[in-house]
Amino acid sequence: MSAQAVLFDVPGPKARARNRIYSVLSLLLIASGLAAIYLGFNRTLVMVSSPGDLTNTAIWAVNPSGQWAADRWAPFIDPSTWTNYVLPGLMNTLTAALIASVLAVIFGLVFGIGRLSDHWWIRIPAGAVVEFFRGIPLLMLIFFTMAIPIVMNQVFGLPPAQFQVTALAAVVTGLTLYNGSVLAEVFRAGINAVPKGQTEAAQSIGMTKTQTMWTILIPQAVTSMMPAIVAQLVVLLKDSALGYIIAFPELLRNFTLVATRENNVIPAAIVCAIIYIVINLSLSRLAIWLERRNARRGKPSAKATAAGGAPVAVNGAAATPTGDEAAGAAPSEPRNEPLPDTEERDGRDDDGTDGDGSQKS
Amino acid sequence: MEAFLSNIDRVVDGFSWTVRLTLFSAFFSFVLGVVLTAMRVSPVPLLRTLSTVYVEGIRNSPLTLVLLFCGLGLNSAMGLSLADSVAWDVFWWAVIGLSAYTSCFVSESLRAGINTIPVGQVEAARSLGLTFTQNLRLIVIPQALRTVVGPLGSVLIALIKNTTVASVAGLGVQEASRQMKLMFDQGIAPVLPTFVGFAIGFLILTLPTGYFFGWLAKRVAVVR
Repeated sequence: MSAQAVLFDVPGPKARARNRIYSVLSLLLIASGLAAIYLGFNRTLVMVSSPGDLTNTAIWAVNPSGQWAADRWAPFIDPSTWTNYVLPGLMNTLTAALIASVLAVIFGLVFGIGRLSDHWWIRIPAGAVVEFFRGIPLLMLIFFTMAIPIVMNQVFGLPPAQFQVTALAAVVTGLTLYNGSVLAEVFRAGINAVPKGQTEAAQSIGMTKTQTMWTILIPQAVTSMMPAIVAQLVVLLKDSALGYIIAFPELLRNFTLVATRENNVIPAAIVCAIIYIVINLSLSRLAIWLERRNARRGKPSAKATAAGGAPVAVNGAAATPTGDEAAGAAPSEPRNEPLPDTEERDGRDDDGTDGDGSQKS
Repeated sequence: MEAFLSNIDRVVDGFSWTVRLTLFSAFFSFVLGVVLTAMRVSPVPLLRTLSTVYVEGIRNSPLTLVLLFCGLGLNSAMGLSLADSVAWDVFWWAVIGLSAYTSCFVSESLRAGINTIPVGQVEAARSLGLTFTQNLRLIVIPQALRTVVGPLGSVLIALIKNTTVASVAGLGVQEASRQMKLMFDQGIAPVLPTFVGFAIGFLILTLPTGYFFGWLAKRVAVVR
């Protein structure tokens, strides 16, 4: 079911009238919510003791000591705020996210392929590492990385000053380990989604396992994995804001610095949120576009939930489809069977040779 | 390890806040997520737009920012207080922030579940004369919920781990990761066993949740 319009009939005159009433009611609800927020940050909400006070124009006027006063917003018109705080913060956020993305993809490739290894002594440790880093909070990893000098001191007796961990290193390490583990599952699912006939054909012409992996499986898997990878990068970029907690001067940290200096928490929060939303929405759009392109070309898009028994614990973004259109464009792909294409192709390849028997293998 | 075990009451106290944050936020985010989804597919265009703007806006903001807004904005700058003691005041603000954030992911999962329901189901319901609310309540949501058990489990696991962000400045809930950081900084127990101990604590919370939802998803799956 793709279009929401199937859920209700085309509204007739009565339904249209009812919808108008609902619209007005919800408008009133939104308006009162917004008014409460406005008055609250205007520091005039306390002056309202009875509903009659709301007609008093004095409480609606912009309070110079409230958050909406023009001089609270002035710092964001001043170029020096942007050059001293916002842009350096944005640079730090993007630097951390970029380094961590590259390292996480490498980590994910190594451990995702490791989990597919034929040797148990590679497969099991790789699986344990992935499950461990996926199962514990990112913030704990960041705290632990920050505490590594203490560990060095306690375990090896090194003087704490000899070994320093910068905030950037801690953020990048945490983001790499966590998102790398999630990506490992994405890669595993993507490689598993390549039709089995591909591996069999490669082996039958005498390719080694490594050759099969790097020249046959991974190139085919990459396209189907792209939407999930990009969705995970959105999670990574958002999580880089955790650097705030360990005083890494990233975007959010610098906005709170502006907010403390200028006493403008709310304007700072709004501007900061807009910047994050614009960046992440564009990345999400990219993921949707990639998913739709895959659907157009008749390729499945890998879901990380495909292979493992336990569902993938991402921030939620990668596990959910990315949009109306994405879900609508691939109606032949029910969520519980991420690989309809595989079976279809297997069936076609095996026609006349093995019949049904090989499909179940 | 002994030094860590002798502080086990602090560890248990930290995890008790983690579990409380998770349970309350899971409940509120589920309720809000269902409401957001119902709004998202409703016949009233205004409600659809409202739900879309909310979900896309919050989903693309970092959780740290959402919780900071609750802590520094609503709690400190606006001066709203939800409980008499500071510990419970920040706890409830953290629950509000986590619920506001997580409900977007619940809503997105549910909407994906609604998209898997065959059109015939809804058409049959409409041809029987069911209204939009009846249709949603009796036909669509029950079936959608069964298909999204797995994704909702992922959202819950993410929520368990996200409760650690409630230790940010302006809130500072005394949950597990904050206790761990305090134990690191106060030097009352060696770092490595402390980290391993807290990590095991989180794995005890997350791994069985994952396997339980994986099992439940298979059990209630709708065969189509």
